[in-house]
Amino acid sequence: MKRALLFAAALAGMLPLVVAQQADILGRITRERATTIALPELRGSGAAQAFMNAFNETLYNDVDASGLFKIVPKTMYPLQVPQRPEDFREQAAQTSTRAAPPAGGGGNLLSDWSSPPVSANYLAFGYTAVQSNVLVLYGWLFNVGQPTVAKAQVIGKRYFGSPDEAGAKKTAHEFAADIIAQLGGTSLLGTKIYFVSNRTGHKEIWVMEPDGSNQRQISHLNSLSIFPAVSPDGTKIAFTSFAHGNPAIFILSTDTGRRLPFYNQVASVNETPDFTPDGKQLLYASSASGWAQIYIANLDGSNLRRISSTRALEVEPKVNPKTGTDLVFVSGRTGPQQIFRMNIDGADVQRLTNGEGEASNPAWNPNGERIAFSWTRGFATGNFNIFWMDVASRNYVQLTHDAGRNENPTWAPDGIHLAFQSTRSGTEQIWTMLADGSQVRRLTTAGRNWTPVWAK
Amino acid sequence: MLNKRKITTLGVCLMLGMFAAGCKKKVPPPAPPPPPPPAVVTPPPAAPSIVEFVAEPSSIERGQSSTLRWNVTDASSVSIDNGIGVVQANASRRVFPGASTTYTLTATGPGGSKTATATVNVTEPPAPPPPPTAAPKVTLEQMLSGSVVDAYFDYDKNDIREDARAALTKDADALKAIFASFPDASITVEGHCDERGSAEYNLALGDRRAASAKEFLTQLGVPGDKLKTISYGKERPQCTDHDEACWQKNRRAHFSTGQ
Repeated sequence: MKRALLFAAALAGMLPLVVAQQADILGRITRERATTIALPELRGSGAAQAFMNAFNETLYNDVDASGLFKIVPKTMYPLQVPQRPEDFREQAAQTSTRAAPPAGGGGNLLSDWSSPPVSANYLAFGYTAVQSNVLVLYGWLFNVGQPTVAKAQVIGKRYFGSPDEAGAKKTAHEFAADIIAQLGGTSLLGTKIYFVSNRTGHKEIWVMEPDGSNQRQISHLNSLSIFPAVSPDGTKIAFTSFAHGNPAIFILSTDTGRRLPFYNQVASVNETPDFTPDGKQLLYASSASGWAQIYIANLDGSNLRRISSTRALEVEPKVNPKTGTDLVFVSGRTGPQQIFRMNIDGADVQRLTNGEGEASNPAWNPNGERIAFSWTRGFATGNFNIFWMDVASRNYVQLTHDAGRNENPTWAPDGIHLAFQSTRSGTEQIWTMLADGSQVRRLTTAGRNWTPVWAK
Repeated sequence: MLNKRKITTLGVCLMLGMFAAGCKKKVPPPAPPPPPPPAVVTPPPAAPSIVEFVAEPSSIERGQSSTLRWNVTDASSVSIDNGIGVVQANASRRVFPGASTTYTLTATGPGGSKTATATVNVTEPPAPPPPPTAAPKVTLEQMLSGSVVDAYFDYDKNDIREDARAALTKDADALKAIFASFPDASITVEGHCDERGSAEYNLALGDRRAASAKEFLTQLGVPGDKLKTISYGKERPQCTDHDEACWQKNRRAHFSTGQ
């Protein structure tokens, strides 16, 4: 109790610093969510209406999950929601005729959406219909701050899907991706999260969509297969498996599931592989010298070189995806495991975490400036939380607090989402959140699930 | 009847004598018949007496025999039950009772009858020994689990502690005995960790624990080429509670017969 109070006091003292730092950094990542969007529910004509619940839910979730927008609550919306651009009346015409009410067009004026109480920057609208056995979404995004309807249109596009719920979700994902792209965001549509699951009774490599849908098994080794890494082009997955006895590196094609050749040097442990950004080399940890050390080799295991040289355990090399010339890794060379960086030739070793607690699982964000990682700092041994650190300044932010064990963070390709593994629900499961720790969502429920890797 | 015949014989002799004398001189009158023999006073007959009736030994294991021995006097008839029947007054007989049996001897004579009993107690023989096996066979697994113990470690350490030193010293002898019995065998030293460190780091740490245990054993003369190592990190805990007692159980080097 006393310790908790002390800790709380220490935390309070640091709070202004941390908050300021967080606002600064997150301001950059999330653009402070300065953009507001009105997202009324779309309707479908005829048979299409049956799929619109799934459609609207998907659209809302994708836009919300992007972290780029503040979505205006539906209760603020005008009574009439336009379904086509033709439903808008020109503001200019209204002012010139004088007969029109001075304020409030009931929904068919741009100002109905841009003025209070809605105060949106953008309005997404449209409708769906089934035509020739194809579900067609007519989707528009209007910048309602523009003076005329003609200038307001940002997106006006048709999206096609199968005439069922899956098709409706597909069109919603694509529409959301276009909306997010308009704001300079990177849509997560088409990205994949690889992970480890024991739901078959063995730990195998699995993959799913970023919203947790479409979970399917990649490896079928009926052994113990862990610590996945995905090649930059997404065609290969490397991991550590006990399938042939001692833990060794395996590489599979993500398309065919076939095993690709890799020479494992003679060692009791070869583990934690990672691809270089050009996809031509693999880094991994090997106990060949007695203590696990960092090695680099070609994709087939040839041209092997040792990078680190200590009498300490060193694992989890992660190459900077932007530079390809430096890496972070986990080492026990100064005591309990901490995160270090070094050049890819082994030079210029620096410790990044300050030596408190135990730190592990470093993961680069796409632009190579930040690492997310797990750290027991401020908690009992084993009680990891997710942090991220600006590598240049060493400033860090704690994202999870007192909600189970939280480990193995991975950045989404948009650089503002993280997937991670948490025991907050009782067992290890995969969750996602924004890089400010908000919008926490659970993706997996079957069996236990570990070590997500978010890939393009 | 005996007397009559005597008389007849006497009569014939007398007649023959008279015939011979008649030819010569006058025959004297025959002697008077002898007086009847004095009446013999017989005492009342004594009752039979069973001098002894014993079973020797009185206690046998089933399948063995006992000897019944008896000595009876003043009996006109002696019999023993349980299928033995009439016997001599002074004899013995081997018996093979299948269960405890009480034999009753009945002696009957003019003076009455008497009985005596002798009991043979039959005990169950001890269970037979199991059929002898060709050779006393202990499997490699039995020998390993029966004689080789785990070595335990401190958190995030692979040093051989004092208690692990004792355990491994004992294990070295046991392993040598195992390799003597099973020259082709090889034993795997497994390294394990508790749940607290990261899984990636623990896989490397478990490897060090297995390697340290193996190194200690080889220094005590256990052939190193017969000891393989493998790390399971924290992937195969033997205990899943979240407390130090359980964590300690998982921070170990364990021995198995293969991968």
